Amino acid sequence: MKAIITVIGSDRPGIIALVSAALYRCNVNILDINQTIMGGYFTMVMMVDLKEANRPFEACAAELDKAAEELGMEIRMQRNEIFDAMHRL
Amino acid sequence: MLSSSEVFSTIDMIRDQKLDIRTITMGISLLECAGSNTPQKVYDLICRRARDLVRTGQDIEREFGIPIVNKRIAVTPVSLILGENEDPLLIAAALERAAREVGVNFIGGYSALVQKGMTRSDERLILSIPEALSATNLVCSSVNVGSTRAGINMDAVSLMGRIIKQTAALTVQADGLGCAKLVAFANAVEDNPFMAGAFHGVGEGDAAINVGVSGPGVVKRALEKIKDQPFDAVAETVKKTAFRITRMGQLVAMEASRRLNTPFGIVDLSLAPTPSMGDSVAHILEEMGLERCGQHGTTAALMLLNDAVKKGGVMASSSVGGLSGAFIPLSEDIGMIDAAAKGTLTLDKLEAMTCVCSVGLDMIAVPGDTPAATLSAILADEAAIGVVNQKTTAVRLIPVPGKGVGEWVEFGGLLGRAPIIPVHGESAERFIGRGGRIPAPINSLKN
Repeated sequence: MKAIITVIGSDRPGIIALVSAALYRCNVNILDINQTIMGGYFTMVMMVDLKEANRPFEACAAELDKAAEELGMEIRMQRNEIFDAMHRL
Repeated sequence: MLSSSEVFSTIDMIRDQKLDIRTITMGISLLECAGSNTPQKVYDLICRRARDLVRTGQDIEREFGIPIVNKRIAVTPVSLILGENEDPLLIAAALERAAREVGVNFIGGYSALVQKGMTRSDERLILSIPEALSATNLVCSSVNVGSTRAGINMDAVSLMGRIIKQTAALTVQADGLGCAKLVAFANAVEDNPFMAGAFHGVGEGDAAINVGVSGPGVVKRALEKIKDQPFDAVAETVKKTAFRITRMGQLVAMEASRRLNTPFGIVDLSLAPTPSMGDSVAHILEEMGLERCGQHGTTAALMLLNDAVKKGGVMASSSVGGLSGAFIPLSEDIGMIDAAAKGTLTLDKLEAMTCVCSVGLDMIAVPGDTPAATLSAILADEAAIGVVNQKTTAVRLIPVPGKGVGEWVEFGGLLGRAPIIPVHGESAERFIGRGGRIPAPINSLKN
């Protein structure tokens, strides 16, 4: 199962480190990362693969919630089908 | 790989523009429960079929990151399974218990289809509606009083005026809230996932998953980007937006159907407003250039919106059904609430709007002393619009006990709040007193 992770918030050191550490704990593989500063906000889109994850989707999302809290940022993980449905025919 | 802007446009729709799946509604046939011991069989069957509905909805919500506001059940019109010696109120109680047990927030189908005539079961069920709606919280009721094929059953129209009044009277402490759970239809559809009018039609199978999408906020935001451009551009923009919203609804519907091992029925691509800011159909119409919803031009704007929503959505789903279009429930739409409070949006204008929107006079508070015959006459007008235009129309009026024009009523939550608006004072007693049937219109003869 593939998912899209989005990270939004004020830029600060350690964002990628904390998010990827959370994913590493869950054995979630990062397929692609796209990061930019938009209107002063740090935004990052990650495509990940949960095929080999060592815990269910919800538990992986909970790990990301912890990282979000520590960073003071907004992090979401959503299955990629929702984006494909809206933007791809 | 999707571009960042595509990803963030979806996230903006969900986070800032209040895009959501309004409801996953499981339709359940109760036909096998007819016979004896019906209430217990109804309870058991609903609990068995819908056991995983709420949890599955929550799982999909989490994994896809899209809010699914309501999980609901629609059942076979109860009058069809009501035995001669059975008390319909016991079935209402069984529906309420089952809904609580499986955790849904409404269960629809305490209903009767009487567009041409009324069986004794239909009549007993309709007469029990006021008590059923006052004794339960989650049960919703609907009565179909007319159809393009059958015409309008004016005896049923007359009866429903009295039933609406009695329902208000029995829920007087809650400002007549019982009436918010009661819809009188013409051309009711069998696969509508939205309450209060959902029921599982007799042409349906044992069970079905029907999904209602929403998203007035997304449409409004899209129109903000094309200010003052011609209506062709407005229609195109609404179509494209409706397409995206419906694709998401289709995805959720297929996923729910697969996980619940229940056939997919339809996606209902209705724009359903809520009382919160940024989720208003009236504000879409105002974005098109109206100063306020209800003024001259409103019907044309709504016609464009309703039509473009359907055109955009129909390609995005393998099966579109239900009511599909734009809803205009007064108390549930902040723009309509404001327009009614300022006197721009009147009952007569709302009636005109129902000629071109997806349903009818919805969630409108009227004075508590409105005579039953006047309520019936409003229903007759509305049914006539539906019958002759081959569309669904409905009436969900709340004659608020003890309150008059200009006073406010608070229903709370998604049901919102509304100013009480005037009805015409002339008597409809003689007109409604005739009874009988208004024959089917000539355009029903299509074969």
